[in-house]
Amino acid sequence: MANAFWCIVEDDRQGAPKKVMSEVIGEASRLAGGQVEAVWLTDKATDAGLKQLGEWGAGKVWLLENAGLAPYRSEVWAGVLADLAAKQSPRAILGAVTSRQRELVPRLAAKLGVGLAADCVALAMDGDKLVATRPVYAGKLLAKVTWAKGPWVATLRPNVFRPADAQPGKTAAVERPAVSLPAAVMKFVERREEVSTGLPELAEAEIVISGGRGMKGPENYVILEDMGRVIGAAVGASRAAVDAGWRPHRFQIGQTGRTISPKLYLGFGVSGAIQHLAGMRTSKIIVAVNKDAEAPIFKIADYGIVADLFEVVPELTKEFKRLLEK
Amino acid sequence: MKILVAIKQVPDTATQVKVGADPRVIDTASITWIVSPYDEFAVEEALRIKEKRGQGEVVAVSLGPDRVKEALRSCLAMGCDRALHLNDAVWNGADTLATARALAAVAKQEQPQLVLCGRQAIDDDMGAVTAQLAELLGWPCAYWIMEEAVDADGKTVRAARQVEGGLEVFDLPLPAVLAAQKGLNEPRYPTLKGIMGAKKKEIRDVKASDLGIGAEPPQLSVIGLEALPPRPPGRIIQGDVPTAVKELVRSLREDAKAI
Repeated sequence: MANAFWCIVEDDRQGAPKKVMSEVIGEASRLAGGQVEAVWLTDKATDAGLKQLGEWGAGKVWLLENAGLAPYRSEVWAGVLADLAAKQSPRAILGAVTSRQRELVPRLAAKLGVGLAADCVALAMDGDKLVATRPVYAGKLLAKVTWAKGPWVATLRPNVFRPADAQPGKTAAVERPAVSLPAAVMKFVERREEVSTGLPELAEAEIVISGGRGMKGPENYVILEDMGRVIGAAVGASRAAVDAGWRPHRFQIGQTGRTISPKLYLGFGVSGAIQHLAGMRTSKIIVAVNKDAEAPIFKIADYGIVADLFEVVPELTKEFKRLLEK
Repeated sequence: MKILVAIKQVPDTATQVKVGADPRVIDTASITWIVSPYDEFAVEEALRIKEKRGQGEVVAVSLGPDRVKEALRSCLAMGCDRALHLNDAVWNGADTLATARALAAVAKQEQPQLVLCGRQAIDDDMGAVTAQLAELLGWPCAYWIMEEAVDADGKTVRAARQVEGGLEVFDLPLPAVLAAQKGLNEPRYPTLKGIMGAKKKEIRDVKASDLGIGAEPPQLSVIGLEALPPRPPGRIIQGDVPTAVKELVRSLREDAKAI
């Protein structure tokens, strides 16, 4: 439908939309007051996935299902999306900050010749214009930005926007337009899986535990992973710990690592260098444990304990376990 | 093989950043400027490709005001052969698309086999220019690359991109555009010889008209910058460790409802 708010679906590659889509669709519904449509490019959708999009509030799902869409390649996806956008004239195109969409959405904006606001933490209508708020300069400032013309294209930071109130039984009309794939020139070679920690992905986790230089060595992260398993948290690290070679780079939180915005952040032996704060300061609740009472992280922490993390962590894991077993 | 590396000059992370008299831009009075850290990975990788092949040219390009020459000079000191400075008032307030258009015009003139960029510049953190440049050129693109290898005859590049849960490896026919992620390499420090040599290397000023680009309003513009709202004051929980931990868990559960 012309003037709809589009939400580009991020899925788990198994046919189900990711949880962040509840946030994107929820925000689109608040802004659009109706006319929210999901656009799903996939090689494999499931009925359960389609049902989920409907319950989150998508009035319609544009399902572009084709084996040629996997694995993801921006050169293919951007063309497919731009073709549909040209026919349907959406008012806004919203995505989520994920590994695929951080590349796809800017490429789509360039194809459409419109502005892009990436990694937004707030969106609001100002009259008939959309205004986005996004952190800049290592999160030290917020920029309010707006578009010269539509469609307004933006990506949303995960865990920041309020999820949709799911409406059980509400269904989306599913449209399956013909997909003509632009030629792909990139050839897939292989996928190398990381050794799974069994813990949630850093950027998506609702709770994140982070270990800094105070962890003293790579062997000690096991105590954070133990806590992670108890409370369902991802375990990350500061740049100091990554640069020391204690953790692989994919676990780094901060300006040269991942930006996270969990409901709860727990930092152990993290000093709170600006570069780390840049990646986690939009966390809702921040807990810091550090021996050094002067550590800068205490300035932004909601709760702090000045103590040796090696005494606090086992005790805290025990208390969490006791609480969650109730 | 010619490689184009697009870099951006940004405030040093540790620099204090304040909103300027014009609230759409920062006060640049006491800023220390650096080459954006991810762009250094891109420069390093370009130099390594050239060194490995034993021939080629690495051209650094950057868009911005006069001060940007300093950032280009550091790239030359690292080992880039020459630099292009897109320096024109037309680009004041350029958004990612306008920047990508300028870089695409440069790429059309220079005809590199490979364009390398950093995954994002650490000032406005959009992370968009690489993909937009690829789109405007109609070239393949890989984001957040952790490894790359150009094949012996310079026809394709094999790149491993970081995604949730692993790496995805692709062969991209050249020319192509890659965005460097941390972990790709360890950037070198310029040597004294490099720094001295950089003074003799060319930094050419490029105007929009040289690229056939006219003035056009940005598609995305900044309405205003503002300081972060202060976080509510925090609380240091006192007492011995078992007591403090119990109080922390109680607060997280009952007050913050975070667990």
